[in-house]
Amino acid sequence: MTIIEKQLPEGDTYLRGTPGQTIGPFFKFGLEYDGGPYVVPPHAPGALFLRGNVYDGAGYAIPDALVEIFGADTDGTIPQTRGSLHRDGHGFTGWGRSATDDEGKYFFWTRTPGATEPGKAPFFAVMLFARGLPNKLHTRIYLPDDEAALAADPLLSSLSPSERASLIATRDEDGSLRHDLWMQGEKETVFFAY
Amino acid sequence: MAEVQAARKPEEMLASDDFPPQRQISDEIAAIHERHRKEVEGGARVDQTTLYDFAPYRSSILRHPTKNPRLVDPESIELWSPAYGQRDVSEIEADLTLQHRGEPLGERITIEGRILDGWGRPVTNQLVEIWQANSAGRYIHQRDQHPAPLDPNFTGAGRTITDDNGWYKFTTIKPGPYPWKNHINAWRPAHIHFSLFGSKFTQRLVTQVYFPGDPLFALDPIYQSIPDQRDRDRLLATYDHDLTVPEFSMGYRWDIVLTGKHATWFETEGDH
Repeated sequence: MTIIEKQLPEGDTYLRGTPGQTIGPFFKFGLEYDGGPYVVPPHAPGALFLRGNVYDGAGYAIPDALVEIFGADTDGTIPQTRGSLHRDGHGFTGWGRSATDDEGKYFFWTRTPGATEPGKAPFFAVMLFARGLPNKLHTRIYLPDDEAALAADPLLSSLSPSERASLIATRDEDGSLRHDLWMQGEKETVFFAY
Repeated sequence: MAEVQAARKPEEMLASDDFPPQRQISDEIAAIHERHRKEVEGGARVDQTTLYDFAPYRSSILRHPTKNPRLVDPESIELWSPAYGQRDVSEIEADLTLQHRGEPLGERITIEGRILDGWGRPVTNQLVEIWQANSAGRYIHQRDQHPAPLDPNFTGAGRTITDDNGWYKFTTIKPGPYPWKNHINAWRPAHIHFSLFGSKFTQRLVTQVYFPGDPLFALDPIYQSIPDQRDRDRLLATYDHDLTVPEFSMGYRWDIVLTGKHATWFETEGDH
């Protein structure tokens, strides 16, 4: 059964969205698959390693969270290639899925997203699910490199320094990216509604 | 500031710390629903269809954001969805009764429906993933300690891709109710987990579908984390005798709407 949310002009209607529920404790056997975190093969030329931990409000790592990313290709184009569930090692779908391990760690091998428009700060769109989290969460992981683009971003500019920091990854010496997600606390990640 | 702690063993985290009786959980649920009802009647803007801050679901206490989500306009990659096709999923993955040599035990069911966006347009060629307990209420997951039997002929995970009109269909076994350690004598109503992709990344949804008439609905802090009865009803599959296959399976219908919005009942013109 669908429910009409509101009547729009010219007789159109807008439907009310189906509510979300927690992903629960046992999603791994349903959602995990071998190629999930490997948007590109590890150590492929130009491949980016992105990883981090998911923490609860007491600072404990969350070992039953699921992180998904969707990112543009390095030239800024939006991938519309099929095959995320059966990676062929060549086509770039931009989408990956990583269940956290017992230390709360997620990781991806992917490509560095490029700016989708000149001057725009590139980011990964991120989804977070977990046992104990009643519904999905949306956030972003911005790349730390283009400081001018980050400074010009209207969303980032509207945030406090700690909120802003919760959306920007850190570059490690080996070139990989690190980004932790915090459900609560001083470092609480900024999550989005649309 | 919360310092990073050494990881706890996942098995130890499944039981709540205070382990209260059902009566206390039910009273907490009633109090939150009553507060919500008064807020709605008072004209408050309600941002969430599912409440993130819902302590009767004990493991949510440290795992929900404490700040309101930031309202943003979706940009670039968020306006698209990853692309799926038949290469990603084979047809047989939509039939959970065919994954082993023998027939699984339990009540064979089909569940089918249409996936629409807020404007009523079908969500086509998108991935639908499901996972569930077996007919005895046992998950195959290694951390499920419920001493109900595993079924050697049932795994409980399936996938499909919506067709050109947004339809999906699964054949499976009706799952059993499942005990958990949120509180004393806590049981989840029978449910199937659904993971869905819309036509935009913002519409991504993970939810659970339930079956009509389950006596556990009022007792379950996960189902009741949705404070509005009209919204809770949206997660019920409908028994449809026309979908029942003679001498084979019971037919259920469940339609899904992916809007990417947390809630909009009380939205006024000009809001996001």
